[in-house]
Amino acid sequence: MTLQPHAYALSHAGEVCLCALLPQRSRAPTLAIRPSSRPNGNETRIKQRDMRAMNALARRRSQGECAALEIALAGERVACDPSGVLYLPAEDCLVVSDLHLEKGAAFARRGMFLPPYDTAATLSLLALCLDRYSPARVVCLGDSFHDRKGAALMPASERDTLAGLMRGRDWVWIAGNHDPEPPQGIGGETLLEMTIGALAFRHEPSAGLRRGEVSGHLHPVARLAGRGSRRACFATDGARMILPSFGVTTGGLNVLDRAFHGLFDMPRALACMIGHAGIYPVRFGSLARG
Amino acid sequence: MTAHPSPFALGLIAPDSAPIHLPEPFLRWFAQHGWAPRPHQLELLSKAETGASVLLIAPTGAGKTLAGFLPALVDLSRRRRRKPGERPRGVHTLYISPLKALATDIARNLERPVEEIGLAVTMETRTGDTSQVRRQRQKLKPPDILLTTPEQLALLIAGKDAADFFSDLRYVVFDELHSLVTSKRGHLLALGLARLRKLRPELQTIGLSATVSEPAELCRWLVAQTPGAAPEADLITVEGGAKPDISILESEERVPWQGHTARYALPEIYEAIKAHKTTLLFVNTRSQAELLFQELWRINDDTLPIALHHGSLDVGQRRKVEAAMARNELRAVVATSTLDLGIDWGDVDLVIHVGAPKGASRLAQRIGRANHRMDEPSKAILVPANRFEVMECRAALDANYLGHQDTPPLRDGALDVLAQHVLGMAVAAPFRTEDLYEEVTSAAPYASLARETFERIVEFVATGGYALKVYERYAKIRLTADGTWRLTHPRFAQQYRMNAGTIIEAPMLEIRMIRRRTASAIARGGRALGKIEEAFLETLSPGDTFLFAGEVLRFEGIHETSCLVTKAASEEPKVPYYGGSKFPLTTYLAKEVRAMLADPARWSALPDQVRDWLSLQKLKSVIPGPNDLLVETFPNGRMFHMVLYPFEGRLAHQTLGMLLTRRLERARAMPLGFVATDYSISIWGRRDIGEMIAGGSLSLDALFDEDMLGDDLESWMADSWLLKRSFRQCAVISGLIEKRHPGQEKTGRQVTVSSDLVYDVLRAHEPDHILMQATWADAATGLLDVSRVSDLLARVKHHIVHIDLDQISPLAVPVMLEIGRESVVGEARDADLRDASREAMIALAMGEPGG
Repeated sequence: MTLQPHAYALSHAGEVCLCALLPQRSRAPTLAIRPSSRPNGNETRIKQRDMRAMNALARRRSQGECAALEIALAGERVACDPSGVLYLPAEDCLVVSDLHLEKGAAFARRGMFLPPYDTAATLSLLALCLDRYSPARVVCLGDSFHDRKGAALMPASERDTLAGLMRGRDWVWIAGNHDPEPPQGIGGETLLEMTIGALAFRHEPSAGLRRGEVSGHLHPVARLAGRGSRRACFATDGARMILPSFGVTTGGLNVLDRAFHGLFDMPRALACMIGHAGIYPVRFGSLARG
Repeated sequence: MTAHPSPFALGLIAPDSAPIHLPEPFLRWFAQHGWAPRPHQLELLSKAETGASVLLIAPTGAGKTLAGFLPALVDLSRRRRRKPGERPRGVHTLYISPLKALATDIARNLERPVEEIGLAVTMETRTGDTSQVRRQRQKLKPPDILLTTPEQLALLIAGKDAADFFSDLRYVVFDELHSLVTSKRGHLLALGLARLRKLRPELQTIGLSATVSEPAELCRWLVAQTPGAAPEADLITVEGGAKPDISILESEERVPWQGHTARYALPEIYEAIKAHKTTLLFVNTRSQAELLFQELWRINDDTLPIALHHGSLDVGQRRKVEAAMARNELRAVVATSTLDLGIDWGDVDLVIHVGAPKGASRLAQRIGRANHRMDEPSKAILVPANRFEVMECRAALDANYLGHQDTPPLRDGALDVLAQHVLGMAVAAPFRTEDLYEEVTSAAPYASLARETFERIVEFVATGGYALKVYERYAKIRLTADGTWRLTHPRFAQQYRMNAGTIIEAPMLEIRMIRRRTASAIARGGRALGKIEEAFLETLSPGDTFLFAGEVLRFEGIHETSCLVTKAASEEPKVPYYGGSKFPLTTYLAKEVRAMLADPARWSALPDQVRDWLSLQKLKSVIPGPNDLLVETFPNGRMFHMVLYPFEGRLAHQTLGMLLTRRLERARAMPLGFVATDYSISIWGRRDIGEMIAGGSLSLDALFDEDMLGDDLESWMADSWLLKRSFRQCAVISGLIEKRHPGQEKTGRQVTVSSDLVYDVLRAHEPDHILMQATWADAATGLLDVSRVSDLLARVKHHIVHIDLDQISPLAVPVMLEIGRESVVGEARDADLRDASREAMIALAMGEPGG
């Protein structure tokens, strides 16, 4: 019935805060063979915490502190980081998709003045990832800028921040549908596609089953059947992988949506969902639409 | 009262004294019908003739509508003919109603007197349903009387031709003013009126209203406010007519503990319908309407013509029901609030209210529908859906007899609405800051608006109003050398027109009925049944069934912007969910319920089973006094519960529940969850709260201390989903995010930017942005009922009655029954994710995913 009074369960809200309130420490990325999640023994500690739900940005920051989930992708070891990036340890390469930098400005050009802080926020989250992994190479899987004008018109302060992140690394921009041309005056190398070992990197997933393809574009999110809210996820069937979108104001598309049809070997398909305290692989069969 | 049925609800009296002020044709018309004008109709006319603006407060059936139009009709009858070659006249009288249906209905009812009196007056409606062609024609050749809605007025005054269109405007009539002024629509309308007054300073307003608690507020609303003064329109009050004959259904069946369907009483409701000519059945939500309609037809052995009417149904369907109703062809209509305003119906002789009315004034309004004539008593039956509602119905009933009013107080004009209006005024013509500020503050809701706030809103409209100035080059309006703000590009005018209005609906899809799921059937579409929220459809899989428009439908899929359905054979549907149509219990009624509970002498007015229930409570626990807050603690299963009974409505209880739980956490009471109803709150946890209170480790006075509304509230609210919901509304109304964009599809999916994420970014980087301020103001009044929590805390200080029990008390049963049905709101638990991922994790550890 529709008139149920709302109720709140508290334990999850406590969990929400666990990460945020743990002392921040920088550490080398842990590549657990078995995915590690926070043990339940923290319950009393959690209970004493303030139970406020967190600002999405604060949550994103804290998620980056949690352990990555390592899986085999087309035979290669890759780590799905809860911050939303993929790390290839063998290549010391970090892959990030759909940054959508300057999205606020792109909307402003159309008369919708979204807060002009999205680029700074996205870059600061990316900086945390780069600090922790210090990768020799970064691959941005396309839609790095929200529109064609984004790079050229980016304010100087953001431009400087980005240059700082790129310094001393190989930086590859894969062309996306939002940003088909090389970003003007930013540097780095722009490619339509690239291959590293057994893995091929491109923006849009190609149709059908593809072994070794790593892409973005679709902004995958997943929701557990019957429970809970949408979570960004890495969608994979062990052969290909679609990365979550990284930009702070990017929305998501449910992995059960038509756009994902035919891309995965369904019995093996997993949504590696980014939780508050870790990253959780869930079979597509346990997911719901919406 | 004459025996003549009047199509116009004239509420006329027999001609005993010669009316004054009325031109000959009017007198003749009254006489022909054996009628005479009512004194208040004449009084309003004579006040209007002196140039005054007037508020008429009268009960339903008092001939309010004719009174409102009489000055305009009389003035129009004296108007000389337009000579050939003279410029066309602008609109003479503007009539504004909260409902499209009401505007249409009034137009229809006005036609007859206009025709019979022989007036050369043109009348037209203009609503969201009016065709583009007709709107264009109206601009070229304005009707004398234009009947329209607040949204249409906003669009009209933003037109470049507004000055011409309104150059002859004499009167603006606001119908059902009491219901218009309480919302953001009312704020937009007040700003629109301020602009009309600027275009036509001699303009007179006439407000028509049901009884309200503070008439002076409405009187100020009708006239221009000036700094340091608060002028008011003249007031005419007509006392109520015959006392309504209201009863509470005394069911033979057991009244349930909780729930809102009143299914138990269906056979009795059906019998009542059979015993009357025409019955209106009111419910509080659309899904209740669907359910009641379905259940009635299930037992409709006499196949009585029973119809359904609610706001999500297709316009065509609604019109059909309205027309059949006017022709007296229906025996009953199940309806929601779309019908509770002054639409005139056929001969309704019974109103049944299913569920508690939640407010005494609302009840009076709805009951007014029966016998739409002032001198005859209305007949109504209240059907409480659960035991607490029995008390609430009783309290509302007593209030209605006593004539108590509990209309909500007016709030200050919303800033998001102001932002929308500022852009609209730039669309109309370049403006100077000081001129527009003066104009805006002449509107009552904005009379106390600070100049600085206004300027921030103008900045917001221009470039977003951010501390970081990077959008200057994209400005929508720009301050030019002559000191005026001007639109920078015509496409922003188009954007404004697409987004005007304050009604933000959840994204809706059209429901279309197809025969079979074939490609050709899908391409053709099918019969439109109405609209339904996208969010609800997302919970369905093809093959699921649900109830809509009184039919059980099978969900087949979504095609473009339509939801395709077929007729289902299944009897047991999933009920559609409609958000946002729940009413909070009014403060007044809550007080009455508490008073009734506290006074066993009044229990005799209650049905036996309810009285027994309360007596049992007295025996096993405590009956709280009228100003007491009863707190019960008891173990239940492995949990310990604390149940309190503030009777302040679900919104206030949710806020209070959240705040108390935070405090209990700090007190190490280890609360695990809570549930709130309209009447009570239950909090449960692992520690025995009763023992903690007895042992002195927990102080109830400290727990309920008023300071919880300070930091606790602020830190909780800032990141709550409630605030995000408010923000979304403010973002859309203010124009930060578009409702829809030219060239884009109309589904909500096209809003590609998530307002929640925008909120998070804005809050992290500029928490005191003007839109954040607007959001806080909204949430504090609308969503959280903070003022009620605050009043509650002040009221119960030193009046907390605690009793520690061995087991659940009788009064606690309804809220305890809700616990199993709780829904988890907000973020899902990681624990769920962990459980769901366990199997896949093991597989992963063993090898490949899915291995």
